[in-house]
Amino acid sequence: MARLAGSAVAVTLALLVLPITFGLLGTLLPAFGYLPALGGHSFGLDAFASLFAAPGLIDATILSFMTGLVTTALSLAATLLFIAGFAGTPTLSRLQHLLSPLLAVPHAAAAFGLAFLIAPSGYLVRLAAPVLGIARPPDILIPHDPMGLAMIAGLVLKETPFLFLVTLAALPQIDLVPARRLAASFGYGRIAGFIYLLWPALYRQIRFAVYAVIAYSTSVVDVALILGPNLPGTLATRLVQWMSDPDLTFRFMASAGAVVQLAVTLAALVVWYALERCCAALLRLSRDRGCRFARDAALRQFSAVVIGILGSTVFAGLILLAVWSVAGLWQFPDLLPRDFTIRSWTRALPRMIDPLITTLVTGFFSTLIAILLTVGCLERENQTGRTGGERSLFVLYLPLIVPQITFVFGLQLLFIGSGSQHRYAALVLVHLVFVLPYVFLSLADPWRALDRRYEIIAAALGRSRLIVLFTIRLPMLIRPILTASAVGFAVSVGQYLPTLLIGEGRLQTITTEAVALASGNNRRVIGVYALLQTLLPLIAFSLAAFLPALLHRNRRDMRV
Amino acid sequence: MRLMKKLLAASVIAGASCLKAAAADPDLEDWPAIETAAAGQTVYFNAWGGSENINAYIEWVSAQMQERHDVTVVQVKLDDTASAVSKVVAEKAAGKDENGSVDLIWINGENFVSMKKQDLLLSPGWATSLPNWRYVDAENQPTILTDFTEPTDGLESPWGGAKMVFFYDSARTDPGSLPDNAAQLLDWAKQHPGRFSYPAPPDFIGSSFLKQVLSELIDDPSKLDDPVDEKTFERDVEPLFAYLDQLHDVAWRSGRAFPQNYPDMKQKLADGELDIIFAFNPAEASAGIEAGELPDTVRSFIFSGGTLGNTHFVAIPYNANAREAALLTANFLLSPEAQLRKQDPAYWGDPTVLAMDKLPEENRTAFQSLDLGVATLPPDQLGPVIAEPHASWMDRIETEWRRRYASGN
Repeated sequence: MARLAGSAVAVTLALLVLPITFGLLGTLLPAFGYLPALGGHSFGLDAFASLFAAPGLIDATILSFMTGLVTTALSLAATLLFIAGFAGTPTLSRLQHLLSPLLAVPHAAAAFGLAFLIAPSGYLVRLAAPVLGIARPPDILIPHDPMGLAMIAGLVLKETPFLFLVTLAALPQIDLVPARRLAASFGYGRIAGFIYLLWPALYRQIRFAVYAVIAYSTSVVDVALILGPNLPGTLATRLVQWMSDPDLTFRFMASAGAVVQLAVTLAALVVWYALERCCAALLRLSRDRGCRFARDAALRQFSAVVIGILGSTVFAGLILLAVWSVAGLWQFPDLLPRDFTIRSWTRALPRMIDPLITTLVTGFFSTLIAILLTVGCLERENQTGRTGGERSLFVLYLPLIVPQITFVFGLQLLFIGSGSQHRYAALVLVHLVFVLPYVFLSLADPWRALDRRYEIIAAALGRSRLIVLFTIRLPMLIRPILTASAVGFAVSVGQYLPTLLIGEGRLQTITTEAVALASGNNRRVIGVYALLQTLLPLIAFSLAAFLPALLHRNRRDMRV
Repeated sequence: MRLMKKLLAASVIAGASCLKAAAADPDLEDWPAIETAAAGQTVYFNAWGGSENINAYIEWVSAQMQERHDVTVVQVKLDDTASAVSKVVAEKAAGKDENGSVDLIWINGENFVSMKKQDLLLSPGWATSLPNWRYVDAENQPTILTDFTEPTDGLESPWGGAKMVFFYDSARTDPGSLPDNAAQLLDWAKQHPGRFSYPAPPDFIGSSFLKQVLSELIDDPSKLDDPVDEKTFERDVEPLFAYLDQLHDVAWRSGRAFPQNYPDMKQKLADGELDIIFAFNPAEASAGIEAGELPDTVRSFIFSGGTLGNTHFVAIPYNANAREAALLTANFLLSPEAQLRKQDPAYWGDPTVLAMDKLPEENRTAFQSLDLGVATLPPDQLGPVIAEPHASWMDRIETEWRRRYASGN
């Protein structure tokens, strides 16, 4: 058993570190001029020279950098204020059930929904049109505004639920109720009390998730394409353009650009780290001065409104997607289509069977392996009593913090170079690189939070470790395990770039199909695929919520 | 110097013979043998997947190939043809010279030129040896033998024609006010600020618009037949960019953003954001009306002085796995039956590459009795064809465009 768990740790480390190392190498070599197939035999800085000569590179870089920081700051602030104001109240647990499904909505679908809502020919203007007497859509630059505000809004829509749920998962580890009482008895406001007493410990647990948000939003491609400025686009979108440019010499430039992308993400992380320090100092100052912020009811309500708007925007977007998927002719400023047709669905459904099977199989196996490895690693923790600390946590977050496009292209070269025909296996492995951290992240806290005395008693009664694991720990943790599986599955479903590159287009998933069809910009088809893309993870989350209730139907205290 | 040339020639010949020896190329003289070898093979057809109509057409091709030749055709849906090129490049980089993952690519223009130059295509030229080549209109459609002035050398087989056509909504726009050339289009745009735009290059349709304007405004259009002359390039494109500078001031979103591609413009025409749009397929508007995406008041028009036209092709990468089946598929795509369905707006609506006078009587009648749809101009009203400039122009213009308009200033 010990050996098994030990090897799980080794396999996990290898799975996380090796693909990134090789992938980065496959990107770095061409960046410095080495890619023999394209005539690059010697090392040099030519690629960087042509990269820096590319028009608008500085703006693109600044845009990526700022987007990452602003998105993260807004998402974290919304999460923090709401949780500080409402932790331990019924409002929070009600909202938790409403917000969890938001995690299942793929980024692209949420972005499309938002675009349908806020564009000049979108639904908000249509609603206002009769009142304001608008007959033609106004000529206003939304989305694609040069500051990237629409893109930031789209990212905040998706990242806030993520941070929200990560924070909720960490919440049981802090002593909420006594701290609340203590703060209140000294006359502190709910938010101030929470931030002074609990936030430092809480933030320590979620900081890597925050870093992942920074990395994601500095290097995101699909949301940036749908909502972001396109003159110039963000650095990441331009990288993808260069990588697929028919002029093959752009490959070197793209690789150099990937290195710059890495630097941008790292810079954003460093600046964020500095901000963390500043905020901590400010917090200490304000705490030591005894600022109580006793009257924070307005702020609390404001945070509730913000979360409410975020949630309802995503849902409204999904409803719009649904209506578009069955729309016939739907012209501005009509509030509803002139006629409805299910043609988009009847055309799409028969074609979806193969991609659907690939999606399900890949999602199932990568999640299953991730769960097994995670359980192995966590069990190893139990045995050794060491959590591996921040360093191992960092390794775990590596695939989320290193921007995808900077190492997936190198991985593709490696895979093709290996001459391997096991494309399915390769796809599962690549998905695993991204699924594993999320599964671990979801499962680790509940795992560590479980009272170990149950196991100690069982061990004292002479049960082996394996028996204890299977009869005590796993059944007690069935709900978090299933939730982690649902998260893992959702992550797998949403993977675009790795699926495209490693599957070489031959393995199609709902997501690769959706993005290919989105390039046709047909709102009806986008509606169909975005809904399907949302539906799959949603089913997984529903199962995760429903199964434990079923399994525990005759154990009253296990119900949640 | 002469020695160098000789050495070079020798190495080319050696290289060519090497290639032949290494991979058993299908013998195009022996078509039945190709058919036999193709049976049971799977063709991974890399084609843009952004249009449901086109995807459905390819599914029909797949069903036909299965039934007739026991060949499985799988469409690999791309969001950009360049990514298929990238895949072949990556395979070459990794030394995968056989069993490549791409068997057939829908291609033209710079993607073709790029693959040709990098020796990424199945050679020697096979297209002209296909049995159905005898129907192809190589004489009257010059773009079948030269793709963006680059000789196709039989390395790609024609699949369909394209011609730039403009669309407007007759319920909103008076047909009498429509422009008849690029200069009038600019005047029209000034009178209707915010109601005209074009997709940002490198989108294919957007780049085509730039080439159309350049063809009309350049001092000597014959310059476009040759590669860009760097010495005169600045001066040659000056009229184009002077035009665009003026256009952008009055364009949709004042030229600070551009539509993504043709389908995006189509949606914006339906939304009333744009009043004049254009496509590279004369039947697009009829298809849009048919699909409920455009109101049935949309109509077409062209510039009487001519608009750009070209041909799109299918090509086979040098390391294709199912070469025989790919050849068979390319041949089927040229058959009168497949071309007829392709020109039918109910399925696709793309102009055929076949010559009517080479077809058997019954096929000719079928083509002539096609209902092209209410918004489609009949072939004889499509106006003259302006040939595509040499592929190098596209690159340089796109770069120049990005430098001027996409640098964030």
